[in-house]
Amino acid sequence: MIDKKWIGHELPASVLPIERSRLQFFAKAIGETDPVYTDVAAARDAGYPDLPAPPTFLFAAELDSGAAFQLIEDLQIPIAKLLHGEQSFTFHRPACVGDTVTVRSAISDIYDKKNGALEFVVKDSRATNQRGELVAELRSVLVCRH
Amino acid sequence: MNPNPLTFDSVQIGDMLPPLQLPPVDRTTLALFAGASGDHNPIHIDIDVARRAGLPDVFAQGMLGMAWLGRLLTGWAPQSRLRRFDARFQGITHLGHAMRCSGRVLEKLDRDGERCVRIELLSANQYGQAKIAGEALVALP
Repeated sequence: MIDKKWIGHELPASVLPIERSRLQFFAKAIGETDPVYTDVAAARDAGYPDLPAPPTFLFAAELDSGAAFQLIEDLQIPIAKLLHGEQSFTFHRPACVGDTVTVRSAISDIYDKKNGALEFVVKDSRATNQRGELVAELRSVLVCRH
Repeated sequence: MNPNPLTFDSVQIGDMLPPLQLPPVDRTTLALFAGASGDHNPIHIDIDVARRAGLPDVFAQGMLGMAWLGRLLTGWAPQSRLRRFDARFQGITHLGHAMRCSGRVLEKLDRDGERCVRIELLSANQYGQAKIAGEALVALP
């Protein structure tokens, strides 16, 4: 069983610079053809200073930094048993190329169902930009399936 | 370009968003998404790792499916209007699954002084298996 001592654990902050080539790669990878996500002129026409990060992009912050992987190791969840159960985003302001987004997370709950056959870890995150403004809030539910 | 601007008044409960049909999931897509998203979990890209984990093959990242639902939403309304986006991953999306993302207006409401619509989201494969269920809140003018 995942040790409940991890409830309240704060992950180290993850810093994600929003970069043009990365966003263009992400758009390609998800099949996004709307030019606002890949063409700076189109982004500016739409009112953005530069390319905007698409809705799910900020999830990359803790993957890039290694914080997500470190958490799985800390919780001792084997990769083979790990599933992503739920993900939610609350959006406050755009993140665009040129911004640096910092994601700070904490484990808010650990619980189980089916007599421990399924364990759940809830992680809540705040994403802020270089001006300290709140960009988004994220919530992830990770599942360990025994 | 949509000739009919999307407004709170023009939207009706029950309206369907124009669906997004994806081609069958293939290994190239999983490899590119791994790189672009930062999720280098080899279970999605390396068949040897998947097999050692007891699975027959690699499978799609949940967040790839959520990104596709994001495309459904931003294809319907500008991203600047998206306030919330929630997904529940209900099953594994395998190679060869051709996902269809759909959305339906469930409710019109006021939230923090903005008029919003609540959208029910679904991503299902060609066999009718729902892999992601979710919701979004979109503020409309």
